[in-house]
Amino acid sequence: MSEHLAILPILIPLFGGLFMLLPPFAGPQKYQYRRVATLVLMLLQIGCSVLLMLQVINQGATFYAVGNWQPPFGIVLFADRLALLLVLLNGILGLGATLYAFAGSDREGKYFHPLLQFQLMGINGAFLTGDLFNLFVFFEVLLIASYALLVHGGGKQKTLANVHYVILNLIGSSLFLFALGTLYGTTGTLNIADMSLRIAQLSAGELVIAKAGGLLLLIVFGLKAAMLPLHFWLPRTYAAAPAAVAALFAIMTKVGIYGIFRVYTVIFGEQAGELAGMVQPWIWPLAFLTITIGAIGALASPNLRHLAANLVIISVGTLLVAFALRTPEATAAGLFYLVHSTLVTGALFLIADMLGQQRGKALDWFVMARKVSQPALLGILFFVAAMTVAGLPPFSGFIGKLVILQSAHSAAEMLWIWPIILIAGLVSIVALSRAGTTLFWRYSGEGDNTQKLSRWQISGAILLLLGSPLMVIFGASVTDYTQAAATQLHGLQGLFEVMNLQGGSK
Amino acid sequence: MSLFWIPVLLLIGVFVPLITERFGRTACAFFTMLAPALALTQIAGLLPEVLSGEVLTESLAWIPAVGLTLSMRLDGLGMMFSLLILGIGLLIILYARYYLSEKDAMGRFYAYLILFMTAMLSIVLSNNLLQLWMAWEVTSISSFLLISYWSSKTDSRKGARMALTVTGAGGLALLAGLLIIADIVGSYDLATVLASGDVIREHAMYPVALILVLLGAFTKSAQFPFHFWLPHAMAAPTPVSAYLHSATMVKAGIFLLARMYPVLSGTELWFLTVSLTGLATLLLGAYVALFKHDLKGLLAYSTISHLGLITLLLGMDTKLAAVAAVFHIMNHAIFKASLFMAAGIIDHESGSRDMRKLNGLWRYMPYTATLAMVAAASMAGVPLLNGFLSKEMFFAETLHQVALGSLSWMIPVLATLGGIFSVAYSLRFIHDVFFNGEPIDIPKTPHEPPRYMKIPIEILVTMCLLVGIFPSFMIGSLLQAASSTVLDGQLPEYSLSVWHGFNLPLLMSAIAMAGGLLVYAYRGRLYSFQAQFRETDAKLVFEGVIQAIVRQATAFHEWMANGSLQRYVALLLLLTLVMTASPLMELNSAAGHLPHQPVNGIEITAAILLCISALATVILHRQRMVALITLSVVGLIVSITFARFSAPDLALTQLAVEVVTVILLMLALFFLPQKTKNESSPRRVVRDLGIAAVCGGVIATINYAIITRPFDSISEFFLANSKTGGGGTNVVNVILVDFRGFDTLGEITVLGIAALGIFKLIARMRLAMPSADEKGRAWSEDRHPLILAMISQSLLPLALLVSVYIFLRGHNMPGGGFIAGLVTSVALIQQYIAHGVDWIKPRIKVDYQVLIASGVLIAALTGAGSWLFDKPFLTSWFDYFDIPWIGKIELASAILFDLGVYLTVVGATLLILANLGKLTTRHRPTVEE
Repeated sequence: MSEHLAILPILIPLFGGLFMLLPPFAGPQKYQYRRVATLVLMLLQIGCSVLLMLQVINQGATFYAVGNWQPPFGIVLFADRLALLLVLLNGILGLGATLYAFAGSDREGKYFHPLLQFQLMGINGAFLTGDLFNLFVFFEVLLIASYALLVHGGGKQKTLANVHYVILNLIGSSLFLFALGTLYGTTGTLNIADMSLRIAQLSAGELVIAKAGGLLLLIVFGLKAAMLPLHFWLPRTYAAAPAAVAALFAIMTKVGIYGIFRVYTVIFGEQAGELAGMVQPWIWPLAFLTITIGAIGALASPNLRHLAANLVIISVGTLLVAFALRTPEATAAGLFYLVHSTLVTGALFLIADMLGQQRGKALDWFVMARKVSQPALLGILFFVAAMTVAGLPPFSGFIGKLVILQSAHSAAEMLWIWPIILIAGLVSIVALSRAGTTLFWRYSGEGDNTQKLSRWQISGAILLLLGSPLMVIFGASVTDYTQAAATQLHGLQGLFEVMNLQGGSK
Repeated sequence: MSLFWIPVLLLIGVFVPLITERFGRTACAFFTMLAPALALTQIAGLLPEVLSGEVLTESLAWIPAVGLTLSMRLDGLGMMFSLLILGIGLLIILYARYYLSEKDAMGRFYAYLILFMTAMLSIVLSNNLLQLWMAWEVTSISSFLLISYWSSKTDSRKGARMALTVTGAGGLALLAGLLIIADIVGSYDLATVLASGDVIREHAMYPVALILVLLGAFTKSAQFPFHFWLPHAMAAPTPVSAYLHSATMVKAGIFLLARMYPVLSGTELWFLTVSLTGLATLLLGAYVALFKHDLKGLLAYSTISHLGLITLLLGMDTKLAAVAAVFHIMNHAIFKASLFMAAGIIDHESGSRDMRKLNGLWRYMPYTATLAMVAAASMAGVPLLNGFLSKEMFFAETLHQVALGSLSWMIPVLATLGGIFSVAYSLRFIHDVFFNGEPIDIPKTPHEPPRYMKIPIEILVTMCLLVGIFPSFMIGSLLQAASSTVLDGQLPEYSLSVWHGFNLPLLMSAIAMAGGLLVYAYRGRLYSFQAQFRETDAKLVFEGVIQAIVRQATAFHEWMANGSLQRYVALLLLLTLVMTASPLMELNSAAGHLPHQPVNGIEITAAILLCISALATVILHRQRMVALITLSVVGLIVSITFARFSAPDLALTQLAVEVVTVILLMLALFFLPQKTKNESSPRRVVRDLGIAAVCGGVIATINYAIITRPFDSISEFFLANSKTGGGGTNVVNVILVDFRGFDTLGEITVLGIAALGIFKLIARMRLAMPSADEKGRAWSEDRHPLILAMISQSLLPLALLVSVYIFLRGHNMPGGGFIAGLVTSVALIQQYIAHGVDWIKPRIKVDYQVLIASGVLIAALTGAGSWLFDKPFLTSWFDYFDIPWIGKIELASAILFDLGVYLTVVGATLLILANLGKLTTRHRPTVEE
């Protein structure tokens, strides 16, 4: 099976999701079956990604020609360090989210487990594909699954948020198609690596059209990533989503970020002549504005879910900064930061939900409420998550912030990047310390001891938070990996060689 | 034993109190003391080596990519600080055992305290800039926990947040400063950095790095103008104050100055910033301390003042001043810790800290009073006590300053002034509390504290005396080692004797004493002078500022993210416009070289119809049913266009999709109002029309530009290989099921998920069925007209036959699973419309969910089937067989794949439509699960 490993992270959740729609897994009474199946599927996915990761570490990046049609003609999956890092991250995040949902929220509506698998399939597919149209398809898979998951549990808030989310993303999907048409219309290919080769050979007129297509694509990825001014959907959507789904959504913005890293490093990268680095001038200001708006939003957040959502926006801005620097070093820094921020923001949504569960009607709003009935446990979880996300040592956020700061070298870069990232960090500290002191310490009356957390919830949150210390303790291995992944991403020659593409062979 | 054991021991020690809490308070305190005690013996064991000038270092690789190594360094300075941190820490643990009440969670308190101790010790033992910074931040955080220990009090929470914010901000500045230094030196290794003083000082970035590092140090050690957080940190339990504000937290800033002294000092900038800041802090702290009625408030400002003094000394740039600074670090830690503990005892045993109420305590607690008085005298700089010695050195050094030019004489004068106030507030501490009449309604009758609570103070006060009387015997070598670290080995001549003869510093001391007495005697006048100023509470100001920022942020946020989808969409499209239009402007002309195709009248008519119907849809969109009809015209013409330009597959698909969509929309509209209200202002209508028109124009331009240019693509390959490689002559279908079958698999999954999602959504819906149409006409009684029922029923087999035909021929002729599926769906929907759900229910027992799942599953399994032949997923297979009676036919795996597509399409369409239709019947879906 090892030669088919590359496609398994897509097929495992696909088959898994399908089987869960069929007997003996389907039906309202069979949720225990589905839970067991989900657990098995998640472990399989994680196991598979680890195996594939080891294979890539040992033997280099590989591609998988679906249908045995060789590049540039058929659809290829491309397994490199970058893709696998994200696939593995997706698996872990998915496991955390599902464990959390096992406490009962998975039964608040239909199809939770299969939809979750389809969601994972879409995300994994987006990370693994080496084909631009196929990327669109997987975007659709992950989007449509997310539309459905977002309304899980029902209610006005969710429906309202979903209307915004769906409409904006439908426009995004249309733009994606426009962009695809434009790029295909100029380069005549869909394989990302091949497109990279073709783009260098375009005539002046075609170059301009391709540029328009490339920028259209930036809008699409920017919308997914919640880059300013396309971020408006995010706080509301994430705050409305069921906790487990919100946790999983922590990786959705990163799909957009991934798209930006992949497409603008490979297609519009160093080899692209006039178009090399064409999006950076747009990204710089937007990245800074994204961080600023995220920081303002963090201060203005009335509850922990909104705060977490705005911290997601800050992380997006930070990642855009890492991208805009255009060096393998900065990419490596971005990757470290990406993994860290995904896990911790995911955990924050779970923590917000658990707090809400114990604070009565006040939920996770920053108001005086009844005492949290398990203050020690939730307090530690919140404290670790807060320190991590604010970038305080000794947790992963500190390394994440550090590597980004270190990748700024020229004085101009330092002058722009350092203050904004450091100040955003300070704002996070202020916002989180206010949040924490209010949520845990301002109370009237005793806690409601009937609202104990389930073991599933706790284990889900802990799983996601574990990344925080582990990424520091094993920091050397992680940074080694991200550096190698960044070098691999930027090493276009290597990509062409793997794909057997030598200068536009047709 | 390895140096690493010291922090590791302490780290383990963090958990000890949490575990031993259950064995009782005394046991808990005892076990908690074990780890620091062990660490102290470890360190003390290394004393001989360090005193002989050795620098012990050890390191372990950690994250080389960021320059982070676990690296320990024990030198003179580190040794002095370690002894203070651990020694005073142990006394604090003992003291806290009696200070904390039964209600306080002791385990948690000790855990925070040891955590703080670990971090503090890691700062002073660090040999790596980043590791130092990590520990630095951990002290900020653990002090946050300690200050907010009594978390139910507002004061504690606000004080803690303020301390965290100020020191946190400083920490971030420090990080930036350290990164710059490391960038200059090329290493985070402290030893390397310490050896590169000249390189750093001469670098262009030196001023920036210096200011950033100083920001970190000044915020931490509460230097003016960042001093305001410190008095509010007094909301912490007194043992915490005693620890944080004597030997640790605030001294971390001082430690940093001393640590970086060899690297950063020696420039004009350093001298001016550090000394002036120190001087300002010294004076301000000393002056304000006099007016604080709260015992701990007085001590807090006194701490600020002494920190200013040390900073001033470090800024003086003479070697002796640095020695004096190091000496005063020790002395201040010792007497200030004991004073805080004494204040804590007074508070504990009398229930008040207000000096206007606390009077004459001498009669109630003479022993504690004696101890406190000795410590206070040391603070005032009375001879024979340790405070006197370093203060004398300080006065002596102020006399040698020249850096302020002709204004340099001000430094000793101002220093003496600071001394005067220092004596005055020390006097106040002694006289107001222990003498000066009788206590005024204090909550408890004061008495001596428990025996063991006094031990820590006794030890510290004894130290004050011993150091004060036998300075060189007691701490001579330690001071020498520590100072030599700060001065990079170039130790000046100095003498640590109590008596230096009659000289100027002694005179200054005498003036300070006399002046202090005078000031104290006439304090009433000063009080009334000071009363003219309105007292500002830094906590309120700070909280006010933060809240104002939050309000502004909220207002801005609400203004921007106002929840209007129209705005978000407009922004999305505007950005699209800006981004795509900018490159297009570089293009001289949209038209490429390709000649245009000839157009005929029919095409023009269709195009005009297309435009009109599209426009009509927009204009009539408020009358939903009409708009739906015009929209369907658009779809129809698009289908015809596909057919005209040789894309029969697309045309067929589009046509079938149109039918299904229109039915779907009709069903949805049934539940919605027939007309939309006009809610847009004219201004917005113009804006939206403008954006839409320009967007359309841009996209059209791009399209036009592309189709008028020569096109060379991978499609040639598909045309060439369709028959030979894919076994079909219908290239579109071969692309769908073979070349890009993976896309199709994804898309049918999307379709299936969409159906499930919609089903999930409507399963929760409770919609009222409108009883009449918009004009008030009731629905027809005859819901299922007989004629429609008859026709549709007879059409069904025909339609199914057609769909089978379309399905089978798909691989070579226009058709395929997708279209066939849509045709089947339409035929089945017609049955629903004609007969109603009640009639269909017993006749069609297919579970659409199962249909969808098995459809996708068949397609996916077909793909996985190729694994059996060692081929990648979805590799197709086909062959031709001669079958008797029928003739030669082709069998291909693609047919199976297409069957999956077919089933998914049927299942998905019907799951949506049937259930939407069922909403009004008794068969409507339920939310089970």
